[in-house]
Amino acid sequence: MSALFEALLRLGDNTLILGHRVSEWCGHAPVLEEDIALANTALDLIGQTRMWLDLAGEVEGAGRSADDLAFLRDAWDFRNLLLVEQPNGDFGRTILRQFLFDTYHVELLHLLAGSTHPQIAAIAAKSVKEAIYHQERSGLTVTALGDGTEESHAKMQQHLEDLWPYIGEMFDDDAVDLELSDAGIMPAPSSLKEPVLARLTAVLDAATLARPADGYHQRGGRNGRQHSEHLGHILTQMQWLQRAYPGATW
Amino acid sequence: MDWLDQVPDPEIPVISVTDLGIVRGVSWEDDKLVVAVTPTYSGCPATGVISMDIETALRDRGISDIDIRIQLAPAWTTDWLSEKGRTRLEEYGIAPPSPAGGPERCPQCGSTDVERISQFGSTPCKAQWRCKSCAEPFDYFKCI
Repeated sequence: MSALFEALLRLGDNTLILGHRVSEWCGHAPVLEEDIALANTALDLIGQTRMWLDLAGEVEGAGRSADDLAFLRDAWDFRNLLLVEQPNGDFGRTILRQFLFDTYHVELLHLLAGSTHPQIAAIAAKSVKEAIYHQERSGLTVTALGDGTEESHAKMQQHLEDLWPYIGEMFDDDAVDLELSDAGIMPAPSSLKEPVLARLTAVLDAATLARPADGYHQRGGRNGRQHSEHLGHILTQMQWLQRAYPGATW
Repeated sequence: MDWLDQVPDPEIPVISVTDLGIVRGVSWEDDKLVVAVTPTYSGCPATGVISMDIETALRDRGISDIDIRIQLAPAWTTDWLSEKGRTRLEEYGIAPPSPAGGPERCPQCGSTDVERISQFGSTPCKAQWRCKSCAEPFDYFKCI
């Protein structure tokens, strides 16, 4: 597997799995406006997925389409962050997960828009506009819930403690990252750490939420070595139609 | 381009695909007509329908060899909406995009006393606002 193919899967799998997770809210959100907002966010993420996975398939050169990559790979072939496969929980937890991802995503896409690889730069420049909009909304909602009632504050603080160990994986460099950052194609993940944490901290402060101490962090999603048990459950939902009726089309 | 100005946007039929600013170029490559189209939002389900509508409109004009190419860069921006498109949107009841990040006025009564209900609306390109003067909710075409 080439480093570029692997790196494109990481980008496309993040948006695919998070997009699927967020779409689980469709028809279930606490109010109509939030339902529409979540569905629209999921739609943007799935749209971005198609661009990343189409390019991944092109780079791989084995004739696989974005659909093939999304629907016909198994859990160990996925390269998404562990954060995005975590269950939705309640609305606050979903929004906090979204905010943590959006903040990382905006920073990453800004840098990718300056990639030496023209197709990557084009997809990133397109996606970052959507990501900024998502971050604006998730940041405002996290602030409102954190700095809300005693109950909403306590819930958000607990969600933050639970999800914080999944942040560290965003900033781990491995051989794939180093090869691509040397070529100017993608930034080294470690270079994102400072700006992302600064932005997260600013919003958490406004939300009166205490940033958990840095310590042990979960890893194993980006390299596919150890996904959480949740990914397999997502795939059984997402892929069942192609598994049950191979090659089915609209 | 004039022919394409008669192809309506499938979600907001009062404006055309050229008003929307998504047709980036039309050129001949020998006998083939190449139309460059840029998507509005990555996941917008209308994108596929728009390509189909453009192809159908050109076929109706007698062109058979058509290639619709999706062009990602430069990324679409609401700055590319035509003046005609902006006026039609407002007449239709959708506030056109404004760099200030919100509608300039209520498309129904013209009041500037408006407030946001939600950052997202019935399609990826719109948000929901409300007029505090006439109490009507309305769509705002998001500025990106």
